[in-house]
This record gives sequence, structure tokens and C-alpha cells, in this order.
Amino acid sequence: MYDSPTLETKLNTKNIKIAADNVQVYYGETHAIKDVSVQIQDKTVTAFIGPSGCGKSTFLRTLNRMNDTIDICRVQGNILLDGENIYDPRVDPVQLRAKVGMVFQKPNPFPKSIYDNVAYGPRIHGMSKSKADLDQIVETALRRGAIWDEVKDRLHAPGTGLSGGQQQRLCIARAVATEPEVLLMDEPCSALDPIATGQVEELIDELREDYSVVIVTHSMQQAARVSQKTAFFHLGNLVEYGDTSQIFTNPVDPRTESYITGRIG
Amino acid sequence: MTDASISGPAAKPRPNTSGSLLELDKGTRRRNAAEKRFRAYGMAAVGIGLIFLLVLLFTIVRNGVPAFTQTFIELPVTLSEAKLDKSGNRDIEEIKKVTTFGYGGLINSALETTLSDAGIASPFEKASELSKLISSSAAAQIRDYVLTHPDDIGKTVTFEVLASSRVDGYEKGRVTRVALLNDKNLDAEHLDVADQMKEAGVLKRRFNWDFILGADASESRPEQAGIGVSMLGSLFMMLVVLVLSLPIGVAASVYLEEFAPKNWFTDIIEVNISNLAAVPSIVFGILGLAVFIQFIELPQSAPLVGGLVLTLMTLPTIIISTRASLKAVPPSIRDAALGVGASKMQSVFHHVLPLAMPGILTGTILGLAQALGETAPLLLIGMVGYIASNYPDGIASGFLDPNSAMPAQIYEWAKRADPAYYERAWGGIIILLVFLMTMNIIAIILRRRFERRW
Amino acid sequence: MPATWIFLIVLAIAAIGYVLGRSRALASASGDSRNLHSLPSYYGSHVALYVAVPSLLLFGLWLVVQPILIERHVQTLIPEASYQNQGELNLLMSDVHRIASGLDFAVDYGALGAQQALDLDTDTSDIRAILASVGVALGSDVSTQTLDAAKRYRALSATGDIFRSIAVLALALAGLGFAVIKTNRDFRARNAVERVILSLLILAASLAILTTVGIVLSLVFNTIEFFKLYPALDFFFGTTWSPSFGGGSQLGILPLFWGTFYISLIALAVAVPIGLFAAIYTSEYASPKVRSMAKPLLEILAGIPTIVYGLFALLTVGPGLMAVFGPNGGLGWMQGGTAVMTAGLVMGVMLIPFVSSLSDDIINSVPQSLRDGSLGLGATKSETIKQVVLPAALPGIVGAILLAASRAIGETMIVVLGAGAAARLSMNPFDAMTTVTAKIVSQLTGDADFASPEALVAFALGMTLFVITLGLNIFALWIVRKYREQYE
Repeated sequence: MYDSPTLETKLNTKNIKIAADNVQVYYGETHAIKDVSVQIQDKTVTAFIGPSGCGKSTFLRTLNRMNDTIDICRVQGNILLDGENIYDPRVDPVQLRAKVGMVFQKPNPFPKSIYDNVAYGPRIHGMSKSKADLDQIVETALRRGAIWDEVKDRLHAPGTGLSGGQQQRLCIARAVATEPEVLLMDEPCSALDPIATGQVEELIDELREDYSVVIVTHSMQQAARVSQKTAFFHLGNLVEYGDTSQIFTNPVDPRTESYITGRIG
Repeated sequence: MTDASISGPAAKPRPNTSGSLLELDKGTRRRNAAEKRFRAYGMAAVGIGLIFLLVLLFTIVRNGVPAFTQTFIELPVTLSEAKLDKSGNRDIEEIKKVTTFGYGGLINSALETTLSDAGIASPFEKASELSKLISSSAAAQIRDYVLTHPDDIGKTVTFEVLASSRVDGYEKGRVTRVALLNDKNLDAEHLDVADQMKEAGVLKRRFNWDFILGADASESRPEQAGIGVSMLGSLFMMLVVLVLSLPIGVAASVYLEEFAPKNWFTDIIEVNISNLAAVPSIVFGILGLAVFIQFIELPQSAPLVGGLVLTLMTLPTIIISTRASLKAVPPSIRDAALGVGASKMQSVFHHVLPLAMPGILTGTILGLAQALGETAPLLLIGMVGYIASNYPDGIASGFLDPNSAMPAQIYEWAKRADPAYYERAWGGIIILLVFLMTMNIIAIILRRRFERRW
Repeated sequence: MPATWIFLIVLAIAAIGYVLGRSRALASASGDSRNLHSLPSYYGSHVALYVAVPSLLLFGLWLVVQPILIERHVQTLIPEASYQNQGELNLLMSDVHRIASGLDFAVDYGALGAQQALDLDTDTSDIRAILASVGVALGSDVSTQTLDAAKRYRALSATGDIFRSIAVLALALAGLGFAVIKTNRDFRARNAVERVILSLLILAASLAILTTVGIVLSLVFNTIEFFKLYPALDFFFGTTWSPSFGGGSQLGILPLFWGTFYISLIALAVAVPIGLFAAIYTSEYASPKVRSMAKPLLEILAGIPTIVYGLFALLTVGPGLMAVFGPNGGLGWMQGGTAVMTAGLVMGVMLIPFVSSLSDDIINSVPQSLRDGSLGLGATKSETIKQVVLPAALPGIVGAILLAASRAIGETMIVVLGAGAAARLSMNPFDAMTTVTAKIVSQLTGDADFASPEALVAFALGMTLFVITLGLNIFALWIVRKYREQYE
């Protein structure tokens, strides 16, 4: 991860970033995720697809323990990040989330300036020694978020004043600024228009060089466009997981096929 | 998107990070400590608030409960014919001519007999010294009895008379022997006598209904004071508030919520209501004084005026809560009524209003509770400083004759110099809070019982 | 005819009108209510409203206006030589009222014949004795002019009352006739009744405006009156407050302002941190169960009447502080139980729920997505609260604090009982000081003549208080509304 990104890090590296093993999630009495095991590779975009309410977002949120913030939610099973169980009692979710960043469905810039939005993560994690250092981090993050050119002249304008697509890219830049190893994206384009979607998708493709990206999406076209691996969820079960090309052209499970051909969804 | 590709190497290790999730790094440990502290501040704040509440309630109960009991002395008084009715023909006008002063001797001798019967030696040379044990209200009490039972003259009747407030205070632990050194109302010797009387069963402490139902007394007789008359004053005020604020509040809310067009006039009303809700209550007192008493010349200290002022004060509260309950009735109900050909007015009065009624009543009760506890405006319209010693004669007198109100009476007691009145003020607060609690509980029950979820 | 009777007669005519209107409408539809435009009861109500509303309005107006007119007229009867200023005139006029009502009383009780009462004069009869015999006590002997004025007062009132009865009843009957004639099967009674009801609703809603107008007028007129007697500059910038009812008062508002400000400051220093942290805890940390317990319990503090807090300050907190900071406690900072600190602390306790409830609402309305965003970056909960939630909620919280401040400034009972009576410009929080509200009470509850500057100053104080709290409220509500709009 700390190496310079090189073009050699391509698809199908056998480098496993996250390994989930028999994960169960309960919301109160509801069994939301049933027995999911999946291995997510590094420097790869993995897409979670499936009909609404199938648990793909819930499962995504277990990967950085965002579910901890919901009182009635319980998680069983193991999720290993680089071989360490993130549900181990010794693990602090705060430290975990610094490594596993997240971008949400609706752009949610803080009511602060663009600069402060991006600098927020580095500041709380104590990543900069000086103002110049922080400036550098912010610029880098905004460049990676592919929004630098649009905002470099108004870094101190409020982040809430940007357009929807810009806000979402700002949120991605904000997530990138903390130097995560994994980036979780929960339907990052669902609130955006097609042009903004295209920009964000392009960005995701570029981010793959440095991060392991997991994206939940409603749109199969999007999954096909941006991901190398796809996992299909249905009613809380992981039905099928494999290379995107294989899932979309030659699904093994009939349910996957029904979904992809539009019969359930 | 070209700029993303020129971003170059970005990865830079976070400081203080060992890399493993299983070890807390230094930064996280520090941040978690901050987290714990912050959370503790929050808990402490809630805790401090609750402790204040507890201390307040505890203080009220501890200081107020003694007001509900009172020390009495059992006194067999010989109603001597020679003193009370010299002519002997039981003419009530004749008997009336004997003032309370004339009964003093009877009480003194009764006390002497009681003491000697119980085998208690008086440490005083003058017999009249002993009468300091007894409230000066005793004479009036016996006189009233004689006037209603003239036939008992010549007999010996046993009375339960109030002990004086110092003796009562001694029984309740408020008055100590040390404190009596500078007190001309009572000496330590009296307390010795009181102790012996208590042993002999002549002096006892029992529940005192007169505190709850009785009238206020003059400054020198705290043992006799009760809150009953000012309770009636509060009752009459609340009647005025209820009768005026419920219909006016509902009418205003119905207009604003259902009929008012969006124009400057409606805006002015809205702004006025929300601002009136936050005007200090003392300002309403000034309004009452200037308008109701000086301009319209309504009588001072009258519950009617108090009620009017409190109505104006609580109306905004009631309007705000009534509008909320009207808003909670879904539009579908209105549409349904309009759909079968009812007029707008009919749909509101036949359908919306009945459905909103529980909410409206809840709001009104809470408004009344607020009005019941309000003191400041009553000070200005003269409901303080008035000794509420007479029960109203009837309904009209209840509204128009000078009276006090519970909170005003409590304030009055708190200002009097004798600490015996402080006990009564705390006791009055207990009664006031019981009323408020009852009203709130009724409101909660109403809300629970009739609350509709659409 | 006594007022109550007129009222009852009008109601009776209205009831008759209801029956008449209803039956006439039915008759015009040959007994079949389906032929009517509106339900029969609407025709009845229509007539009843026509009877009652105009006549009762006239009645009410008359009740207010007649005494004022008579008062003016009678005042001219009193020779200007017999009084020097407004105050003495007022005293004379109140004598006139007492005599007039005393004579009424005497006639009612039979102590005087009706004619006798008209022929009274001060040379032949002892008015004081006659009135005393029916229980009306007069402070002084009655002069001829006063008696004449009183007689004139009675005569005018009696004539006025007769005219009143005639006018009101005539209007009621006219309304009856007019409405009954209009009643027939095609008349749109429901619409007419609904129009009247709507105007009644509007009237009720306008009461809010009327109240404000009443407040403003009663404050403004008396304040102007005060500034005629006492220079406004001295009032606003005077640093001494020493009213003396004999005259020569110094009525500077600054010491009162300082007391108000100091006490409010201490109150807010108690209430804001506790209230804010309590709000943060209940909205962000507490489990639903704890929250549902702690919030209502804290709100009890807001439901307790202020007189209770006042007593608590006077009898518990004051002596308690004395034990620590008083001469016997070794520190000797405090001379008496009533002090700025006493009132401020107790008021702070009272304000905790004001701050906590409103802040809790406001913190809750910060969108969850902002918290998620921050937590998702690896922020701890407290970092999220401090750096994202609170800044986002800041305007609303400022509004809540301003509302609490306006409460503190307008609070009366706690300062009347707990702060002391001495107007003082001191920095020591353990000194007794006094506030604007406390002085309004003390200037208006004494025996002062309402025309004296010492009493009128209370209205100027009230005006100042009203303007300040109103300004604070409007500003605070504006901030809160702006804030709400941001997230809606």
C-alpha cells in the first residue's frame, strides 16, 4: 500500500485485503445478513449488487463497523482485514475507520469550508506537522478526488455550496485524505446526474491503483463498468461472487441470472 | 479527470501507527481518553440537573411537611356565667358584649386547673405568664363557641386550642432553648411546662386541616394561618382563565390554522403570538394594572382581574398547543367532509375540532398549570399584602372581592418576619405542587389515552 | 335597570329569535326542511346572532365609554382652586366616587329616600354620618362642591343607565325584526351564520394584537408621563437609584441594569454548560431508555413555579452560601443571604431545562448523514460532536441561549426574594443587588400615588424590559428559524 502505485498492480492479484467468514448481522429480531463469506482483493474494485433490501449496504457497513452506531445491530462471525479480525474486542473502530474509509449515498459535506472538509480527517488523526504539510495533504486529496481544478480558487468557500456531483467528489477526496487502505462506497452515484456519475465512475477506476474499493450499486451497468469483481446479494445471502465479466456473461446461480436479466429487482 | 493522474505518490504513513489494528496506537489512546472525558461531562451534567431536582424536592418536603401538623392543648374551660352572661337570661346581644378580652381570664384559670390536675407546678408567679403557651386565637375560638351554644354557659367544655407558635416550633424542633434567650414571647421555663404537659397528654401534635382549608392570619399568629381562602382565590382565577382562554384560544387557533389567508394581517397575528409567549410575566402585570385597574377601574386584588391577566398571559401558550393538535389532524379528514358537501366551517367544527379535542384539552390544562403557579403579575394587581382572612360569600364575591392566590399567599408568608411563617410557605408550596402535579398527570393521561397516530 | 338584567333580557330575546327564525323558515318551506337552503337551526342561529351581537357590542362599548364621559364632565364641576395638581384632583375625584356610590347604597338600604338623596346638602345633614351608617367610611368631611359633583355624578349615571337600557334593547329588537323579515326558504342562512362565526374567529385571533397594543400603550403613555416629570437622560444614564417618596428621588437605571445583567450572567454561566452538556448526553449518548427518563425529569425543573425557586433562594441557598462565604464561614465576602450569587445560582438551575430542551431538539435536527460522514472518517463520537455536530447546530444553540437570557432578564420572583433590595454598582457577586423587575414590583406595590415619578418610573422600567426582551426574542427566534430552514 505504501509503495508508489505502479501499473503492475493489475487485476487478479491474489492479494486478499478483506476476508469475511460466516458473517451474520441482526437488526433486533431481523436476520439481515445470513452466513456471508467473501474475500475482497486489494487494488481491485468490488461491486455489491442486488435488489433493494438485500443487505448489500448493511454488509458494506460491517466492513468498517459503521453498524456499531446503530444500537440494535449485532454482528457475528469474523471479518479479517490484512489477517486481523476487525471485530476483535481489542480493535478500536476509530482506528479501523481510519484504515477503511467510507463514502455515502448522499453527498454529506460538513457545513465547513472545502479546505476544512478535506483537512478534517488528517487533523483528527494528527497526520500533519505543519500548516504547509496540511495544505499539501489537502491539495493531494482534492487532486485525487478529481476536483482540485474546480475548487482550487475557492478552498475557503463552504463545501455545501458545490453542486451535487462536486459535493460527492469532495466527499471522496475527504475520505482519501486520511490515507485509507480500503474505500467503501455506498451507492455513491445514486444522487447524481449522469454526467456527474460518469466523472465519479472515472475517478473510482483511477482510485483502484491505490486502494481496494468496495462499491454498492443499484445499477448493473455501473457494476459492469467500474468493477473487476462482483458479489450478488439476495435476501441477505451472498448468492454468487466472482469476476465481473463472468457474473454478467455466465452466472452460475439462476437467481443471479434472473436479476441480471431483470426478472427480479 | 486529468488532474487525478498527475497526483503522484500520495501515500504517507500516518504517524503513531504501528500498522496493526490489534494494538491501540498512542493517538487513539489519547483520543479515546478524550472521548471518555467528554461523555463523562455529559453524564455529570445530567446528573447535576437531577441532583438539583432532588435537592429542591427534598428541601420542600423536609421544610414543608411540618406545616401540616400543629400542636394543640386540650383545655377544659368553665364557661362561667358570672363572666359571660351577668344577667343570666342568655340574651345573645348581651353575650356578644363580652369581647375576646373578657375570655382571657377563663383561659388562664382553665390552664391553671389543667396544670394542677396534671400535677405540674407552674414556675411563674403570675398566672398570666402561662397564657403565652396558648395561641391568642383561643379566646376567639371559645367566644365563637359560646355565641353558637349559649346554653352551655355555666358548664365546663373541653376545647382543643392551638398552642402558641413558639411552643409549636419547639415541638417541631424549630425553636430551641438557646434561641429563646432573646425572645420576649416565650421563656425556657415555658418549655419545661410544655414538656410536662406533653407527658401528661394535655399537649399533642396532630394533623391540622385548618392549614389546608383555613384562612390567613395576622402577622403575630402564624399558628392559625391557613391557605384555604387563597386556594379559593386561585380557584376563581382559574375559572376565569378556563372560561376565557379555552374558547378564545380555540377560536383563534381555528382561524389561524384553518381559515386565515396568507397575508400581512395573519403574519402580524402570528408574530404577535410568538412574541407574547416570551414577554416576561411581570409585563402582563403592568398591563393588568394599567388597563384593568387604572383604566377600566375593576377592583384591586380581585380574582377576576387576576384571571384576566393570567388569561392574556396563557393564551399564546394555549394557541400554540391548540394549533399543533389541529395540525396533527390529517387533511384527508377535511377532504372527506368537504367531499360529502359539508361547508368548510362544518368540516372544521364537526370533524377536525372533535378529533383535536384531547390535544387541545391537554394544552389547556398545561396552560392552566402554568397560570396557577404564576406570581409576578399578581403582585402588581394587588393580590399580595392583602390578608386573605375571609371566605368569599358567594360566586360574585368570589370573583370580585379582594382575595389572594396560592402563590401570592406563599410569597406573602415568605416575606413575614416570623420563621414560623417560612414553614407555612414551604407547606403551601407542597399544596401548590400537588395541584400542579395532578394537573400534569391528568394531561399526560389524556394524551396517552386519546393520542391518535394517523 | 342593572347591567345583569339587560344582559339576560338580550339573551332571552335572542332565544326567542332562535325559535321564531326557525319556525318561520320551516313555515315558508311548508314544514318540509328539505325545501330550505340551509338546515333549520341555521335560520334560528341567524336571528339569534342578529339580536345578540350588535346589541351586546353596543352594551359593552357603553359600559366603557359612559363612565369616562361622565368622569370628564364631573371633573369640570370641581373648581380649579381646590386642587393644585393631578394627584389632588384624583383624590377629590375618588371622594366623589365614594360619596356617589355611598348614596346609592344608602338609597338601596332605605337609609335615605330617593328624593332625600337628591336634596341633600352639606349644611343641613351630616353626610359622613349617613354614609357611615350604611358602612361607607369617608376620610374627611364633605365639601359642598364634592357633594354637588357626587350628586351630578349620580344623576348623569342614572340618566345614562336609562338611555343605555333603551338603546341596547331597541337594537336587540331591531335586529330581531330585521332578521326575522329576511328569513324565508331561499335565504342562505348558513352562509350568513358562517360569516358571523368567521368574524368572531378573527376577533379572537386579533386579541393577540390587542394584547400587544394594550401592553405597548400602557407602557408608552405612562413612560411619557414619567419623562415629563423626570428627565430621560438622567433615567438612562444615572448611576444612582434612590427613590424617596417625599420627592428628590434619583432614579438612574444603570445600577438596576447592572444587577440584572450580573445575575443573568451567573445564571447563564450555570445553565449553559450544564444544559448544553445534558443535551449532548441525552441526544448523542444516552440509550433510548435513559433518554426517555432523563429528559422529562429535567423538564420538571422548568415546570416548577418561580415562587418555589424564590423561596428556595431566600431560605435555603442564601443561608447555605452565608455559611460558607459569610462572616462566620471565614471568608466574610457575604453580608447577607440575599445576593447576586444566590439569585444567579437558583435562576441558573431554573434555566437548565430551557437550554437543554431546545438544544436537544436542535442537535437532533442535525442530519445523521453528517455524523456518519465524520464517523466514517474515523472520528470518535466526541470529535464528531465537537467538530461537526455542534458547529452545524451552533446558530440554533445560540438562539436557545438567547431565549434563556431573555428569560433570565425578565424573571421576577427569584430576584425579588433572592437578590436583595439595594441598588448597587458593585463587582462582588456576594453583594446584594437589585434588578429592573424587582424594582418594578417594589415601586408599584408601595402606597405611592400613581401620578408620582416614583411610581411612574416602574412603567419606564417595564418599557425598557419589554424592549430588551422583545429584541432578544425576535433575534433568537429569527436565528432558530433560519437554522431550521437550513436543514429542511
